[in-house]
Amino acid sequence: MQRIGVFVCHCGSNIAATVDVKAVAEAAKHESGVVFSADYQYMCSESGQDLIKDMIKEHKLTGIVVCSCSPRMHENTFCKAAAAGGLNPYMVEIANIREQCSWIHKDMPSATAKAIVLVRSAIAKVTLNAPLTAGTSPVTKRALVIGGGIAGIQTALDIADAGFEVDIVEKEPTIGGKMAQIDKTFPTLDCAACILTPKMVEAAQNDKIRIFSYSEVSAVKGFVGNFTVTIKRKARYVKEDLCTGCGLCTEKCPQKKVPNEFNLGLDNRRAIYIPFAQAIPKIATIDPDYCTMLKSGKCGVCSKVCSAGAIDYQAKDEFIDVNYGAIVAATGFNPIKVDKYDEFAYAQSPDVVTSLEYERLMNAAGPTGGTLLRPSDRTHPHTIVFVQCVGSRESEDSTKCGKSYCSKICCMYTAKHAMLTREKYPDTDVYVFYIDVRTPGKSFDEFYRRAVEQYGVHYIKGMVGKVTPEGGKLKVQASDLIAGKQLHIDADMVVLAAAIEPDKTARPLATLLTASMDTNDFFTEAHPKLRPVESPTAGVFLSGACQGPKDIPETVAQAGAAASKVIGLLAKDHLVCNPCVANANEMLCSGCSQCEKVCPYGAITYSYKEFRMPDRTTKLRLVASVNAAVCQGCGACTVTCPSGAMDLKGFSNKQIMAEVDAICK
Amino acid sequence: MIYSYFPGCTLKNKAIDLDIYARRSAELLGITLEELPEWQCCGGVYPLAKDKIATKLSSVRALAASRDAGHDLVTLCSACHNVLKQVNNDMRTDEYIRSRANNYMAPDAEYNGEINVIHYLELLRDTVGFENIKKKVVKPFTGRKIGAYYGCLLLRPGKVMQMDDPENPKILEDFIRAIGGEPVIYAQRNECCGGYATVEDKAYAASRAGKVVDNAAACGADMLITACPLCLYNLNKSNAENKLPVVYFTELLAEALGLKEENDV
Repeated sequence: MQRIGVFVCHCGSNIAATVDVKAVAEAAKHESGVVFSADYQYMCSESGQDLIKDMIKEHKLTGIVVCSCSPRMHENTFCKAAAAGGLNPYMVEIANIREQCSWIHKDMPSATAKAIVLVRSAIAKVTLNAPLTAGTSPVTKRALVIGGGIAGIQTALDIADAGFEVDIVEKEPTIGGKMAQIDKTFPTLDCAACILTPKMVEAAQNDKIRIFSYSEVSAVKGFVGNFTVTIKRKARYVKEDLCTGCGLCTEKCPQKKVPNEFNLGLDNRRAIYIPFAQAIPKIATIDPDYCTMLKSGKCGVCSKVCSAGAIDYQAKDEFIDVNYGAIVAATGFNPIKVDKYDEFAYAQSPDVVTSLEYERLMNAAGPTGGTLLRPSDRTHPHTIVFVQCVGSRESEDSTKCGKSYCSKICCMYTAKHAMLTREKYPDTDVYVFYIDVRTPGKSFDEFYRRAVEQYGVHYIKGMVGKVTPEGGKLKVQASDLIAGKQLHIDADMVVLAAAIEPDKTARPLATLLTASMDTNDFFTEAHPKLRPVESPTAGVFLSGACQGPKDIPETVAQAGAAASKVIGLLAKDHLVCNPCVANANEMLCSGCSQCEKVCPYGAITYSYKEFRMPDRTTKLRLVASVNAAVCQGCGACTVTCPSGAMDLKGFSNKQIMAEVDAICK
Repeated sequence: MIYSYFPGCTLKNKAIDLDIYARRSAELLGITLEELPEWQCCGGVYPLAKDKIATKLSSVRALAASRDAGHDLVTLCSACHNVLKQVNNDMRTDEYIRSRANNYMAPDAEYNGEINVIHYLELLRDTVGFENIKKKVVKPFTGRKIGAYYGCLLLRPGKVMQMDDPENPKILEDFIRAIGGEPVIYAQRNECCGGYATVEDKAYAASRAGKVVDNAAACGADMLITACPLCLYNLNKSNAENKLPVVYFTELLAEALGLKEENDV
């Protein structure tokens, strides 16, 4: 017979204000098997945990029920306390009477009644619990970072610095990401390339770091500490070990009309190209969509001029399998497409640009060599209108599929653009239309005020309603909400601060990693406050803007935090496995193999086994067996099994049914 | 295919072109438009005040009559379409307005937004199909640069009207292509013409409409088409030097289908 203790938490007033905790503790006393029941203000506090330890010893408890918050919050805390009191940690059950009870009910009698039912169900389950012992599994001491922007680079550098091997997989031909395209960084206005490229070089030269550029993750198997990742190395038609990056091929290639994505299509590149001068690795890549040789078999100029003999038109995509202990997602962001915002005439006039395009137009390495020129006629613009929040903070009524969130970085980079424009070209009139100016951050608000007060940027609260290209000008119609009037400005350029969204590769990657995402396709953190750089999926960590909009300092901080979590994991030789795994009852198993098909981890195998029959003959039968080291205890097999042969330790069918019975009683 | 048809007041006098060419073309395209018996004004302007029930009732009557006739309701005038569609949406989704309106009118059968309000352009796009219209065109507008003028009421609010993207519409441009013309995209095509401001401040309305006409002309349009009598009125008023002819889209449709005669109207 079990000896069960019940501990009811007040959680300050979180629970106690809506649930009569004394009544719950009293009701629990009368349940069969319960030998101790009490309430306490904060069960998770040190004295609360001590109470658990003391009562386990005093009442010789064999199982405990803690009625408190969600098990996602504190199950671990209470399991540890129980273990310290000498109880098997798997003899602990949590009755969630906060998130699923007190927080969602208003009146005390019904909330209390529900809490009592939840406690009863937990007692029914713990009565059937059996002590479980966790095994261990070894840790592969190598980390994978997916994405080679500033987030991925920083994470990789920090992991390598601690002495662990780390690989960066980057889908583009070079690492560097968005930061490589930026001209200056706020609020200090130091040159982005000057602070980024040394880090890129450092990553390339670090012997603990391998860079797989122009590569993608195509499959992920395994679990925390033991991932096997298939990396697709896309054919770049240039042998990486032979190319010296001299760039001769990129000058001789006759296909000159390829939109240059690094400059956002503001100029053209060749079909064989190196994205930018400081690219890492500095290796040419052939764009198969434009290369005449690959498309029609006629050309071969690059092959002729390459003295290193690095060109290989026969190259094929390669797939390699690598083992990792931890995976970091650092897939970053992209500005949204502004096609849906035709009121700003982006599609109608080349002089309407996005902020990232403006960044390239200001950049010394950009298509205009750093001289600000209008794309349409390459003249100097005298009036520039910046529009903030294009696609951000959009209301639900909108038909434009914009983002409901604030993209966070736009206020600051727009202030930067406005300031730099006024600094370089004082004869330019600069207007910024805003809904709110949001500049929290170290030296951020001072920066914005400098734009207004010292640089004379016209900040106008209101939105632009229409941009009409006419007669070489952009006629901007806008509202000034403070003056309460309509404004008409004849502008030479309009710059749209487009909302940012997660990179398109993030969603399929999340599926591969079984990592969760929010409705906006940002990766979800394990806990928004307490575990901000970990995914709820064990062994998967988050770095940079793939988790939410971030500026560079925040990204670097998060990248370092993710690295420290990875280091903490890789520093262990073994990980404790979850003992709540599936096991097959061979006597009931009919060998149908349905469980094998649904197992997402490949933990179930089928083999023939000899069975003794009642008539003393033997029979060969196909039965399932579970690899406990691979099983993650998801339970998919237990609900699939038609003969009820699969069961999950700690969550057996019998235990679940006992819980349901207790609720329905 | 049979639809109920709500012409609206203006289409019975000033905008008679909009009406007759639409009917004539519909017949050829195999669509039967049955004019609602004893229809009244749509209400003119959709009342934004939530407690304004009385001014929605004339629309509800038309909608209920269409329901009783057993057909979806086709409209033509942008303003009528806007009012009828928004009121229909209220009757479908807003319990407060629905119950007040039904209590007020006490009809034999309560109206709960059962029918769909369809603009004639949607009928052309979704039921007939622009491809099929193209096949029936006998006098294509080849080489003619035509600017589509949407105005504001036809597309907005986008969530309710659901005809096209309010900022990047293309239904009229597709229509122009179907009759063989070349659509001219210009920024002001979905801006306001001045609307009813013309009653109070003619100069203001003229300046608004002038912007539209100037922008279309600057982008190379030879003519403008619209579905709205008020837009046509305002654009023509501000268009003193007759820079651009402004006509109803139905007139071009009829002409392309060979249904317009010399001594028409």
